Order: sequence, then C-alpha cells, then structure tokens
Amino acid sequence: MMARLFAGRLPLLATAVVCAALYVAAGLRYEGFVSQDVALNLLRDNSFLGLCALGETFVILAGGIDLSVGAMLGFTTILIATLIEQAGLHPALALPLALALGALFGAGQGSVIHFFKLPPFLVTLAGMFLLRGAGFMISLEAQTIRHPAYDALIDYSFDVFPLPIVIFLAGLAAALVLSDWTPFGRAVYALGGSESSARLMGLPIGRTKILVYTLSGLFAAAGGVVFTLYTQAGNPTAGAMLELDAIAAVVIGGTLLSGGIGHVFGTFLGVLTYGIIQMSIIFEGTLSSWWTRIAIGGLLVVFILLQRLIQRGNSE
Amino acid sequence: MPESAAYGFRERAGRLVWPLLALALLLGLNAASAEVSFFRLTVRDGCLYGPAIDVLNRGAPLLLAALGMTLVIATGGVDLSVGAVLSIGGAAAAVLLAQHDAAAWVAALAALAVCLVAGLWNGAIIAFFGVQPIVATLVLMVAGRGIAQLMTAGQIVTFENPAFAALGTGYALGLPLPVWIALCAYLLTGLLVRRTALGLFVEAVGSNETASRYAGVNVRGVKLFVYALSGVCAGLAGLIAAADIKAADANNAGLYLELDAILAAVLGGAALTGGRFSLLGTLIGALFIQTMTTMILLRGVPVEPTLALKALIVLGVCLLQSEPLRRRLMFWRAAP
Repeated sequence: MMARLFAGRLPLLATAVVCAALYVAAGLRYEGFVSQDVALNLLRDNSFLGLCALGETFVILAGGIDLSVGAMLGFTTILIATLIEQAGLHPALALPLALALGALFGAGQGSVIHFFKLPPFLVTLAGMFLLRGAGFMISLEAQTIRHPAYDALIDYSFDVFPLPIVIFLAGLAAALVLSDWTPFGRAVYALGGSESSARLMGLPIGRTKILVYTLSGLFAAAGGVVFTLYTQAGNPTAGAMLELDAIAAVVIGGTLLSGGIGHVFGTFLGVLTYGIIQMSIIFEGTLSSWWTRIAIGGLLVVFILLQRLIQRGNSE
Repeated sequence: MPESAAYGFRERAGRLVWPLLALALLLGLNAASAEVSFFRLTVRDGCLYGPAIDVLNRGAPLLLAALGMTLVIATGGVDLSVGAVLSIGGAAAAVLLAQHDAAAWVAALAALAVCLVAGLWNGAIIAFFGVQPIVATLVLMVAGRGIAQLMTAGQIVTFENPAFAALGTGYALGLPLPVWIALCAYLLTGLLVRRTALGLFVEAVGSNETASRYAGVNVRGVKLFVYALSGVCAGLAGLIAAADIKAADANNAGLYLELDAILAAVLGGAALTGGRFSLLGTLIGALFIQTMTTMILLRGVPVEPTLALKALIVLGVCLLQSEPLRRRLMFWRAAP
C-alpha cells in the first residue's frame, strides 16, 4: 500500500526535483535570475499556457485528450476583440460570454465523445479545426482592443501580481479543490483508472466525461481572456501548437497519459519547468529559441520512459 | 480459396464506394461551375497542365504522408510527427545542397536516411517501451521542428541545383515528377503489403496485438516497419516540398500535414482503432482533401476559414463510423 502510494507520487516528486534543480542551476549560472521580476515574468508569460494545461490535466486524468485548447484560446481572443471593438459590447458582458461559449463548446465535444463513443483524439481534432476556422471567419487579421474598462483591467494588479497571474493562480486553486476535495475529482481519477470499474462502482461516467471536457473548454477560454490582457489584442492565430505545449507540461508534471494517475499541482510544476527552460534560453542569449522545443522534447522522452518504468514496476 | 479472395475484394471495393462518391460529388460540383474550368487540360511542350493536374501535383506531399499514415493507423497507432519529419527532411537536403555542395542524389538519399532514423526512433519507443503512439510521436512533433531549425540555423536555406529542383518542378512523360513519385510509392507499397503477408500482419497487429503475438507475428518488427515507412514517406514529401520552392522553410513546411494525412486515411475507410486499411481509399481521401483545397483557392476564398468545413467533414465521417449512431439509425429504419 505504501509502495503503491509512493509509486503514484514518484512522477510528481521527479518533476519537483527537476523543476527545483533547473531553477537553482539557472540561478547559479545567470546573474539576476533569482529575482522577483524574473519570477513574476515567469508566471505571467506562462499564465495562458498554464490555464490551458490545468484544464488539459483533468481530461488526461480521465483518460482522454483535448487537442482543441490552443484553437479555443485563439478563437476566444478574436471573439472578445471583435465583440468589444466591432459590436461595441462592454467587456463586463463580452468576457463572461466568451467563457460561457468555451464551456459550451467543451460540453459539446464531451457529449459527442460520450454519446457516440468516438475517440477523443479525433473529436477534439475536429474541434480544433472548427475553432480555428471559426476564428478566421470572425477576422483574418489581429485586432487591437481599446476600451477604457479594458485598459483598467490590464493596469490592475493585486499587490505585485498583475491580473494574468491572479487569474492563473485562482485557476490553480480552483483546479486543486475540484480534483482533491470533490466527488467529481474522485470520479475523474476512477474513470481514468478503469472505466468499467468506475461504471460498476456506480459513478456517473457520462456526466464526468462531459464535465471534464467542459472544464477544459472553460480553462482554455480563460487562457484566451488572459492572452488578450497580455497582448491587448485578439488574434485568430494565437495559441498555434499551444495544445502540444499544454500536453507536454501535463506529462512533465507527472500525469500518466493513460489516465488515473497524476496531480494538478504537478501540472503547475510542469508549466514552471517549461517556463524556466524558456527563460534560461533567453538569459543565455546566444542560444536560439528553437532549443526550447528540443529541450522540451528531450524532457518529454525522459518522463515518458520514467512513467513506463513505474507502470511496469506496479504491474509486476 | 478463389471464392474467399473474391469476397475480400468485393468487401474492399464496397468500402471504397463512399469515398469515391464524395470525390465524384466534389468533381461534379467543379464541372458544374462554369467560371472555373476544372477539367480543362492544355498540352504545352508535351506536358499536361490544368487544375486537375495541379491537384495531383500539389497533393503529392499529402499523398505520400497519408500513405505512411495509413499503415501506421492500420496497426492501431498514429504518427503525429510527419509534418515535423517532413521539415527535417527538407532542411537536411537543403543544407547539404547549399552548404556542402552535395550532388542531388547524395542530398536526397541522406535526407531520406535521416527521416528513416526519425521513423525508427518513433517505432523503437513504441515497440520496445510500449509507449502509446500518440505520446511517443508527440515527442518528435514537439522537437522535430526545433531540430530542423537547428540544421538550417533558423534561416530559410535556399539552393541552386537544377537536378534536385526537378524533383519538385520537373516533368516526365507528360506528368509532373511529384505525381510519378507518389504513384510509384503507392504501387510499390501496394505490391509489398498485398502481394506478401506483410499487409495481413499489419492488420493482425491492429486487430489484436496479443493474439497476433501468440500466432507468431513479429509484432515489434511490424511496428518498427510501419513507423520507419511513415518516416521515409514524410521524408520523400519533404524532398518534394523543398525542391518545389528551391528552399527549406523549417517553420512552415508541412504545417498541419499530419492532420490532413490522418483525415485522408480515415476518409479512405481506415479505422482509427486499427485492423483494416485501404491504400486505394487513402489515395481517394487525399485527392478529396486536395481537390477541396484547390477548389477553394481557385475561387479566391481565403483558405483559413475552410478549416471549419474540414472539421465538419471529419465529424461527419466519424459519426458514420460510430457504433451507437449506427444502431440508432438501424432502429429507426426497423421501427415503421
């Protein structure tokens, strides 16, 4: 029992060690890396990726996958920009509307996956195409947002934390509560562990599945909101390939892609690890940005193989 | 034995009816619109030109990528890395041509070898470590473009080599060379999988891996083979794409190609759960996608919003494959 518990936490532990080691190494190598400004930038630059990754964590924990989060982020940004700029809607109306649409679209994807028993991979792939296409239908060009209320939101900061970080951390807190202290969270783990066992236990399979994708849509839309705060614009191409980074962050965070094992907090650490690698490459100066992708790919391999070893150890 | 072979053929042909109908419908729509003469072929210097030829020519990279993807999907896997491998292949060839003055055939073979290694890497993680294909190929999908940019140092590498450029823009016997390359690849692969037991092994692994292992099928070997083939196909596509523009663009070459390739295979009747495939179906599926894209381009409509149309088609095809929906439709048909 103890071994099993430990095995379940091992990937999370590994992530924490890697994340801390990278941070310390970067701090020793680069002057000024360990500072409040850099730490705040780390959080702010990765806040929209983090939100998408948090939603993705629930989907993967439940044994699914959501490829539509990047496209959802892009769609949300251009929707918000157009609603405010062209339709003259107040941000107080536009933002909730965008969030609701995100959740609704996620629920739609979940329903198709559940009721028609289609592979999540395919359905969310179609969702990705649909959202990208819809974003381009709204506008082919990026659109700047100029609205006094929006400027106030962008300038707002809680203590030293600007709004994107506040939303990210609030999202993290909500995700932690949902996964660890609610029946829904337990159902997600059970569903990812074994769908047939979860059904035999009388857990609401369909509702959980649909809710997981709803949550992912909502978080991705929140990522879109943060992205508009971050860039003060909507862009239909925003978040291209972001779904890959989100999935990578979840895996590096120690969540097994087969579902059932992992933790929301690991995803937070995974996002930080991603951010630290990116930031170190910027600090290095001579290295180009494509090293980030190679480093993330390398970390992915290590974590995937580590997970396989743990799974094999468990089954024997 | 002849009877069962005939049955197999009829079953296979039956599955091709829907993709063929869809393609015919699309072509019919093209023929019906007078403004763009889709089927107008002109002969200039003994070479064919026209929108229909253009579909085949532009579609060659997709045809090749979809060919490799079909066999991968038939084993129950998926290869997300074909777009990234395409960019690696193009980058390798371009760098060899531009910076090392390599001969065209050396550059082409070396680039294909690099892509073969990429495919073997995917296959090895999947076959020997038992990692799910989505995850294993995700690694190269994330890192692949980084590797390609590492080769080109982040630049768009241009080269002047008429022999290599012919791969993308040359003509032979009246048809563009990319079309011949794609057709040869389909013919060779078709012979390989349908005239030997290999196709059967591929389908066996996709239907039931454990059972085929007990039956003596070399499951690991089959998996290594399909991912290696997918890598080489993506590499060939990369050569054509690079030769076409006489340059390697590591950022944009083959972007979203993996998605179109999967779509082509699924449209062609391959089940994503594995166990059955049809190369002819994939060919039709890929042509369908390319015809749609060309048709839209000819009408001067921006390409990007049409992604939504593609999505609806994917969803429609998926729903047709969905068990619960089929059962419900059967129920309705039986009720009155």
